[in-house]
Amino acid sequence: MKALADILVVQLLGQDPGSWPFTWVVYAAVMLVGGALAMTFVALFAGPVTVVERRVAGRMMSRIGPNRVGPQGVIQWLADGLKCFLKEDLIPDEADHPLFRLAPYLVFAGMFGTFVVLPFGAHLVAADLNVGVLYLFAISSIVVVGILAAGWSSNSKWGLFGAFRAAAQIISYEVPSALSVLTVVLFAGTLSLQGLIREQGGMPWDWFIFRTPFTFAAFFLFFTSALAEGNRTPFDLPEAESELVAGYHTEYSGMRFLFFLFAEWANLWIMSAVAVACFLGGWNIPGVSPATIDASQGLAFWSFQAISFAVFAAKTSVLVFVVIQLRWTLPRLRVDQLLEMCWKYLVPLSFACLLGVLVWAWAVTAGSAVDLAMRLIMTCLGVAALVAYARRVRFNYVADKDNYLKMTGKELWYPPYRLP
Amino acid sequence: MLEPKAQPADGVLRINMGPQHPATHGVISFMVETDGEIMRKATPDVGFLHRGVEKMAEITSYPGFMPYTDRVDYLASMFANHGYAMAVERLLALEVPRKAQYLRVIADELNRIASHLVATGTMAMDLGAFTPFTHWIRERESINDFMELICGARLTYNYLRVGGVCADWPVGLTEKILLWLDHFEPIIDEFNRLITGNEIFINRLANVAVIPGAMAVDWALSGPNLRASGVPFDLRRCQPYSVYPELQFDLAVGTGSRGTVGDCYDRFWVRIVEMRESCRMLRQLLAGIPEGDFKAKVGRTIKVPAGEVYSAVESARGEIGYYLVADGTDRPVRVKIRTGSFTAVALVEPISRGLMLADLVAVIGSLDIVAPEIDR
Repeated sequence: MKALADILVVQLLGQDPGSWPFTWVVYAAVMLVGGALAMTFVALFAGPVTVVERRVAGRMMSRIGPNRVGPQGVIQWLADGLKCFLKEDLIPDEADHPLFRLAPYLVFAGMFGTFVVLPFGAHLVAADLNVGVLYLFAISSIVVVGILAAGWSSNSKWGLFGAFRAAAQIISYEVPSALSVLTVVLFAGTLSLQGLIREQGGMPWDWFIFRTPFTFAAFFLFFTSALAEGNRTPFDLPEAESELVAGYHTEYSGMRFLFFLFAEWANLWIMSAVAVACFLGGWNIPGVSPATIDASQGLAFWSFQAISFAVFAAKTSVLVFVVIQLRWTLPRLRVDQLLEMCWKYLVPLSFACLLGVLVWAWAVTAGSAVDLAMRLIMTCLGVAALVAYARRVRFNYVADKDNYLKMTGKELWYPPYRLP
Repeated sequence: MLEPKAQPADGVLRINMGPQHPATHGVISFMVETDGEIMRKATPDVGFLHRGVEKMAEITSYPGFMPYTDRVDYLASMFANHGYAMAVERLLALEVPRKAQYLRVIADELNRIASHLVATGTMAMDLGAFTPFTHWIRERESINDFMELICGARLTYNYLRVGGVCADWPVGLTEKILLWLDHFEPIIDEFNRLITGNEIFINRLANVAVIPGAMAVDWALSGPNLRASGVPFDLRRCQPYSVYPELQFDLAVGTGSRGTVGDCYDRFWVRIVEMRESCRMLRQLLAGIPEGDFKAKVGRTIKVPAGEVYSAVESARGEIGYYLVADGTDRPVRVKIRTGSFTAVALVEPISRGLMLADLVAVIGSLDIVAPEIDR
């Protein structure tokens, strides 16, 4: 944010903020504005994505989904949020009141803290820490503290179960997710997220995921672990509604409950954005190197910011969409299977990927024939995987027109909810 | 920090699962003793839905009790109708017209499909997969529409009468059902692709809560649950009634295809196969609905000669049987209803020992317990 503030002042006012008497005031103001902007972004993502999720779910389930508030239900999320605001704030009598009140804030802080290092575009980042990845994993662990506090302070047995499951699950899955991100850190030689992105390029064969088979595998390991860390199906055990009623937030209602949900949906963006930044080329615009963006001035500079943000948002949205699809497709694992999968498969595999990347980085020089051939092969493999995936899920989105016509004698106008 | 509530010092956490819990399929409660995630014991606590249906029978006339039988099992009320009608007809030594027999069995098999749709759908939902359930509910909606055409009701049918059924077969319904069957049979394959073959789903169900055949017989289990344990017992085959002897169908028996014979996956799979068999039977039945009366000539007031009878039919949840004692008046002296869910829920306690807490919902779902059928 400081770097961006410098650029802003220099480019718009033509002055060097370093020469001003109260530089820190300017910086503090810019930080506040930046924080508010990031918060707005989170709110504007987490809200509408609930509608998107419910519409996608509706489509997959051959029903409609919310379509009443606003055109096609687009502001359903506002109505839901308002409802939660207006609800009575219930705290169980036997709950641990201070802890019960604190828990949602801890969850929210842990979630929102990650936006400090998460980039949005070429220069659109709050702080490009040189220990960015480390910070990311550290700050997201605060969420566990919040969840544990919520479950424990509720003084409900279901809440307690959910909290303990969450603690076991999230802490376990941090190991493989951190290890698999370390593979790209080894490649780039930096822990800064912007640094990681700058090491990649705009074209798919420049992305870390297609550099070696090991990073390719590491991407899927990371994605799986991120799902588990974010309590998404098939790893939504802490709030498994058919087993634990609602898990750690069983006793929460109104605004406090909304905080948990808010963090959960914002987490969709976070996990996808980290995957995009580390493996899928981040905000790199195809054909434009980061150095060109740095060197640009005026309108070109700001256009590059906007385009890079659009690229980053598009990639992230695709992953968000995949996560939503997974949620409405897969059943839930059992807790022993969950931990077994982590410690028996994901952790050893991510270690293997780490070793593989080590050997690769030592044996193959960047830009050599072997390197280029491998990039090409992996890119083809990636495209093939994408095509196979699209063919597999296409079914969910194509309306079964012929069958509908046969059963009803009518032309289909919107998904077949109802047969004669 | 918190003062822990009084818990016995044996390290066991006691949780009331139910009577209001998303996974208990109605108002049943399970007293669960857990050691962490592992269940020591889950004791079913039934009786929340007891309505005294059997007592009501004693103060109601014979035909008047028919609507009450609907409420014994709201997901498969046609069978409850059928069992009761058969009991009264046997005491009366009444010959039911052939057409009525056909209509009854068609309604039975449609109802069996509808009931299994809910059973397998909710089972997937209990394990966290929501989508299969809504697809099954969409298909069930078609059956409800057929039922509405057949008898005017979508859930509690009250279709059967002593001596026949309440209405003639609607014109054009045969074609509609055949069309729907053509549509539905591929949908079963689609469902299998969606959830039955899912690796997570199989891992959650295979080798979980195995009921060996001998144990199933000892605990008087019946219906799909019994057949899943490898015992080929089906009242439609072993004690044929109505027009079942004339129908070609195979018994779905658990084979342990993914684990052990009698595990949760077998109980799930048997129901999927039974839906296919029901479709097969429906095609045969619809092809040969005979001409004739849909109801035998029976007076408005029925006086049943003194005697007692037990008649049972194969419901979607096992044997539903009526033990009827008559004394020559227009009201039964005693009616005892034997239901499949009641025997199944008793088995939860012995088979749930040592399972994980999350397995309990799989067990409840796989036994296809419906609360009003337990309590009556």
